[in-house]
Amino acid sequence: MSARAAAYRSRWVEPSILPGFNLTLGISVAFLTAIVLIPIAALVLKAGSMPLDELWRIATEPRALASYRLSFGASLIAATLNAVFGFIIAWSLVRYRFPGRRFVDAIIDLPFALPTAVSGIALATVFSPQGWIGRWLEPLGIQVAYSWVGVVVALTLIGLPFVVRSVQPALAEVDATLEDAAESLGAGRFMTFRRVILPTVAPALATGFTLALARAIGEYGSVIFIAGNLPMRTEITPLLIVIKLEQYDYLGAAALGLVMLSISFVLLLTINALNGWRAARALGRRR
Amino acid sequence: MIAAAQGVRADAANDAGSRVVRIALIGISLLFLTLILIVPVIAVLGHAFADGLDVYLAAITSPETLSAVRLTLTTAAIVVPINTVFGVAAAWAIAKFDFRGKHLLVTLIDLPFSVSPVIAGLVFVLLFGAQGRLGPWLDAHDISIVFAFPGIVLATLLVTFPYVARELIPVMQMQGREAEEAAISLGANGWTTFFRVTLPSIRWALLYGIILCNARAMGEFGAVAVVSGHIRGLTTTMPLHVEILYNEYDLTGAFAVASLLMLLALLTMIAKTTIEHYGLTRRRRLPHIPRGPKRNDPGISA
Amino acid sequence: MRKHFRIPMPALAASALLAALTLAAGCGGDSSASGSRVRLLNVSYDPTRELYQEFNAAFAAHWKAQTGQDIIVQQSHAGSGSQARAVIDGLDADVVTLALAYDIDAIHKNSRRLQANWQSRLPHRSAPYTSTIVFLVREGNPKRIRDWDDLVRPDVEVITPNPKTSGGARWNYLAAWGYALDRELGSLDRLYDAAPEELERAERAARDFVARLYRNVPVLDRGARASTNTFMQRRIGDVLVAWENEALLALEEMGEGAADIVVPSISILAEPSVAVVDTVVDRRGTRAVAEAYLRFLYTPEGQDIVARHHFRPRDPEVAERYRDRYPTLELFTIDEVFGGWAKAQAKHFDDGGVFDRIYAEASQ
Repeated sequence: MSARAAAYRSRWVEPSILPGFNLTLGISVAFLTAIVLIPIAALVLKAGSMPLDELWRIATEPRALASYRLSFGASLIAATLNAVFGFIIAWSLVRYRFPGRRFVDAIIDLPFALPTAVSGIALATVFSPQGWIGRWLEPLGIQVAYSWVGVVVALTLIGLPFVVRSVQPALAEVDATLEDAAESLGAGRFMTFRRVILPTVAPALATGFTLALARAIGEYGSVIFIAGNLPMRTEITPLLIVIKLEQYDYLGAAALGLVMLSISFVLLLTINALNGWRAARALGRRR
Repeated sequence: MIAAAQGVRADAANDAGSRVVRIALIGISLLFLTLILIVPVIAVLGHAFADGLDVYLAAITSPETLSAVRLTLTTAAIVVPINTVFGVAAAWAIAKFDFRGKHLLVTLIDLPFSVSPVIAGLVFVLLFGAQGRLGPWLDAHDISIVFAFPGIVLATLLVTFPYVARELIPVMQMQGREAEEAAISLGANGWTTFFRVTLPSIRWALLYGIILCNARAMGEFGAVAVVSGHIRGLTTTMPLHVEILYNEYDLTGAFAVASLLMLLALLTMIAKTTIEHYGLTRRRRLPHIPRGPKRNDPGISA
Repeated sequence: MRKHFRIPMPALAASALLAALTLAAGCGGDSSASGSRVRLLNVSYDPTRELYQEFNAAFAAHWKAQTGQDIIVQQSHAGSGSQARAVIDGLDADVVTLALAYDIDAIHKNSRRLQANWQSRLPHRSAPYTSTIVFLVREGNPKRIRDWDDLVRPDVEVITPNPKTSGGARWNYLAAWGYALDRELGSLDRLYDAAPEELERAERAARDFVARLYRNVPVLDRGARASTNTFMQRRIGDVLVAWENEALLALEEMGEGAADIVVPSISILAEPSVAVVDTVVDRRGTRAVAEAYLRFLYTPEGQDIVARHHFRPRDPEVAERYRDRYPTLELFTIDEVFGGWAKAQAKHFDDGGVFDRIYAEASQ
């Protein structure tokens, strides 16, 4: 890369001796535009073709508000559960050897491969009051299927691979020498974990959490089988969109779709920015 | 399996305290997985084989199932390579450079995750449907996109778009740029640097990305359901076929096809394990291969 | 160094695996796309799969005998509303055979792909077969459910799909509403001569009745089949409100002993409608065969297939043959009680309609 080109780029890209910026960014932006942005622009244009106050009215109907609460709330819980348990699973898979480890490693991706409808049907079967797990929870007064708990369970299932598969490679790359050094210097296990391991793995964990969250917010197929789908109580926003569509109300569907998209976008942008800022700080410290 | 590649640090398990931690963590992992994943999967398999092996085999070899398998695999064969090329390019740009609007770019890449599958299907209908923006033009030229194969590919592309990129970005960010910078400053060209320095250190992440993308491409239901048209034997993918069978009260058939999808996912995992194993034996023979770019770097000696 | 560069291998291996499987699967696929055959696409809804599978074969034989032409009828099945939407958005259906006239009207209104007069082109308002709403209860009817009144008892759990997403569920809702009106007024005939105050009181009673019924619903599934599975497979609820054809099919598929059918005193006449999609058949040159296809539904042969697949035939002679299977009960039509689909939809099921308000009030 010539100095002139680097200087030209430096207005909006930090100078670097590494090549390929234009090529890779070009490919990224081109694909992004063709596959994601243009189709989503169609949605925005559709929703934008109605007056703003109408859009606001549709977006803030009590039923829509109740569905956001469920969709975003259950997604947050599910993503948090996944972050905690997904990390533990990834840790066990990377750091320990135990019987069945390969099997466990192999099945982590199944929630992706299973059509969401199948996951939903399977979960509803297992967690319904007569199901294998549901029948044990029923006497305890815990109703999973057809309640918001069921929504959380379904969203946890579909989001699990994100956290495990994000953390796994990162955990494997943690610099063992640093860890050993920390321990030999007398740092306790918790200290080593917090100061050495966590900072290195945090970007990946944050990524996994973000992805699990994002995926959960939009999920439809598996949830409708295990949620009761009762208006105001167990109705998720994607279902509300489908309901609008069934009434040939494309505008209403596009409006709700736009609301979901906007909230998710802001949520993701915030997490990514925080993560980037944190990573930059960590990197600076390491240097 | 990465652990095996990296060498499990079993020595840490010497004292009793870490042994308790170890057992507790493995226990928690297994319990969580059992409740949320293994039991439902067993339920699927249980239904699939409920009527015996013959019925199972009949279900998965019916012409409609086979045409669904073909459609699903063809779709994945188109979608996965495209998203892999994109993913690698995007990860390189994002991890190796600092530029304005990076967070925005990352977020836009994430966006398809949070787009409800229903919306992912709907946007293509809004674009290419008969009432859509390009509908009349497509109609005049007798091109069908939605309710045909191209629509299924497009919807799957959108839904699985971020998977490879999102697996690569954190790993590449974590590894920094020093190794590549060193390679370049020693005169290696860009492609050499990428293939010799970057790729070896991101291969597991790339592999995971491809596997996830593939699994998701084969399993996608919601978006494809919107653009498929549900024409039997023509535009029904495996997940749609599962739903059709389920709706016909053919539980055995539905779960048999679902188990076939699980089998395909497991096949890719087995392929991955095999490759890893191969990689592991190689690695042992050549002990100086770097773990990451922070150490002795092959690109530099190249 | 070149030797440990292995990264493309997984990608290559995966691609090779996929390619091999694709080829393998490809060998088993259909290879019947020969040129001389006529293809017809029938876009239908969920419960008619088995019916049209048999009907298509019968029609193909009939058409072959008449014209010497081979015909392949392709089927597409999903929820009635989403199928109508697919046709609006460009799915090239030659004929549509959907759950309710409202969905076919929607195709006309939203896309002009068929003419407004579609309903008058075929006998019986273009509905060649009918059905009604009945109850499916647990074996032996342990909760002793006899009629609509039992569905609002506090100890009864009712399974019915969501009327917002399921065309079938709208019939369920309207049947319950019609029953309440009938009970309140003494007879549905009085809808035309009762005093306005009396009508208003009856309307309020009907609304209250339906609200109480939905309070007993623990799960609102997306479609009729999903509800049947919730009731039969997961054994949730005491009574499933279902189309008669669905109830009969469920018993046939899952064994006679699995549940009992209870026929209420009064119910709605469900009229699934059929139509030729004008723009598609004109462009593809399939109008003649598409119209013959729908008319064949009205022939004794077609009506017999219909009756065998649990729908009530229109032909009196065929109906006589299947009299035992389809008990007579008082049936009202949507036009008589609700003034047609457009009105019923706007009042009850549109956003902010009665159904929405029932749930909005219940959550307060």
